[in-house]
Amino acid sequence: MSGQTLSEKIISQHCGYAVQAGELAIVPIDGAMATDATAPFAIRAFRQLADAPRLWDAQKVSLILDHATPAPNERVANLHRLLRDFSAEQGCHFYDVGEGICHQLMVEFAHVKPGDIFLGADSHTPTYGALGAFAVGVGSTDLAAAWLTGKTWLKVPTSVKVEITGTLSRGVSAKDVALQVVGRLGIAGATYETVEFCGSALHDWTLASRMVLANMVAEMGAKAGLVDVTGLQLPYAWTPLHADPSAQYRATHSVDISHLRPQIARPHTPDDVAPIDELLGTPIHMAFIGSCTNARLEDLQVAAQILRGKHIAPGVRLLIAPASRRVFNAALLDGTIAALSEAGATFLVSGCGPCVGSLGGIPGDHETIISSTNRNFRGRMGNPHAHIYLASPAVVATAALAGEIANVEA
Amino acid sequence: MTTHVYPIDHIDTDRIIPGKYTKTLDLSQLAAHVLEDLDADFAKNVQAGDVLVAGGNFGCGSSREQAPIALKAAGVSVVVAEYFARIFFRNAINIGLPAVEIGKHDILPGHAVQVDLQASTVKNHTTGRTYTATKMPTVMLKILQAGGLVAYLREHGQYPTE
Repeated sequence: MSGQTLSEKIISQHCGYAVQAGELAIVPIDGAMATDATAPFAIRAFRQLADAPRLWDAQKVSLILDHATPAPNERVANLHRLLRDFSAEQGCHFYDVGEGICHQLMVEFAHVKPGDIFLGADSHTPTYGALGAFAVGVGSTDLAAAWLTGKTWLKVPTSVKVEITGTLSRGVSAKDVALQVVGRLGIAGATYETVEFCGSALHDWTLASRMVLANMVAEMGAKAGLVDVTGLQLPYAWTPLHADPSAQYRATHSVDISHLRPQIARPHTPDDVAPIDELLGTPIHMAFIGSCTNARLEDLQVAAQILRGKHIAPGVRLLIAPASRRVFNAALLDGTIAALSEAGATFLVSGCGPCVGSLGGIPGDHETIISSTNRNFRGRMGNPHAHIYLASPAVVATAALAGEIANVEA
Repeated sequence: MTTHVYPIDHIDTDRIIPGKYTKTLDLSQLAAHVLEDLDADFAKNVQAGDVLVAGGNFGCGSSREQAPIALKAAGVSVVVAEYFARIFFRNAINIGLPAVEIGKHDILPGHAVQVDLQASTVKNHTTGRTYTATKMPTVMLKILQAGGLVAYLREHGQYPTE
């Protein structure tokens, strides 16, 4: 028998017997989370599943207000109330308005750990693959069922191996690698599969950078993403798990990042990726640094490095929504926030609003946006007549400064 | 019963129901905006029992269950596609909306199709061609036959097995 992929290994450990790709398994989960975008329907389904239902383990469940925060109207305010009341009734973890983006909080507060199986009612849940957790995005009803049973059913996925080698040039970051991979595999390139990243290039990557890579597997249709944990530093004791050398992959890709140029996804799909050189001079109206992809401290610091002592171009607005309160506080303490604000940046609440078009930073018709987020589908940011380019925080900050897509000064 | 055909790939959840409309439990609000950035007249024209036909990777993007909920609330009785994005597929079955995969097809706007869920076939009345649906995993078939995951779990108390 051949060795196991990391997906097969994690699922096998949870099943108590060895599973292989293609098998159906009912697995116990280690945690579950939902947001104000998905929890309302999950709560409705949960209450229909049983009479006076209780969470299988309240300490393993988190609810987060992040998608439309603070509430823009009474309708959303009442959905937020529903989550607050449900959390109090069930005794689960609850993160109120402004605490941060769900995925950042799950990692920051160690609700998810290496080797876990975790369900999130949000498509970017695979982000936790950055620390070696098998984390899957689900809808509201699947989540409600898991809340009650502590289990989910899944088909053990085949895996695509992506080996990253080389060293990044200055001005190039994890986002450029992620976009390069999405462009190469395509928007449906890993549907139903796990993308397992490995390779010497990743060994000295921060957790924040690893999260960028795992986050964007959602843009390839993947069920999960896993980043090999070699070199990963975590503030608690844990046992590293790796794929077996003889594991079987559906496909293997190699990416040498030594000469990688900054990458940009053009409207209206995240897999329409080109090197920055093809898009230099494209005028922009709005720049956004935010989302579960790129709004962590290292992202804000890179932007501050580019903008410190300068000012964004006339006619451009730069919006920044830090990934969490902790990120915001750290950026306050080290002077990052001041540098960005003095350069003309406008700070928004830590949350998802502008990325998903639910609140704040809605673009006007025919405006062009450069954004550090993960999706640029038509209408994504709230206006179907706007054009969204996806790029790294460095490219976004540089474009805000120049008023157009411009080379990042190394 | 009308067939609505959008023969393109990668119709994402933002086009099925934009994020700005998803923060509600009011099904009529979801139905009112379903597919509006793809076809502004769809919500007005769709009627109970209608069939929706699309290309590949239908429902890619967000995990929002509001996408299949909006389609179902608007009256769509079955969605036919070459194949579905993973989360959309599970969500549709979980809420009892049949989602039928038939691989590459030649169904075009103006064609009329008939879906036979029992026989797992999709017949294009305009061209005369009949497609056999991809076999759904037994677990999903059992959930769909129960009317959705809530109904299944209420009845059986545990997930279906193969």
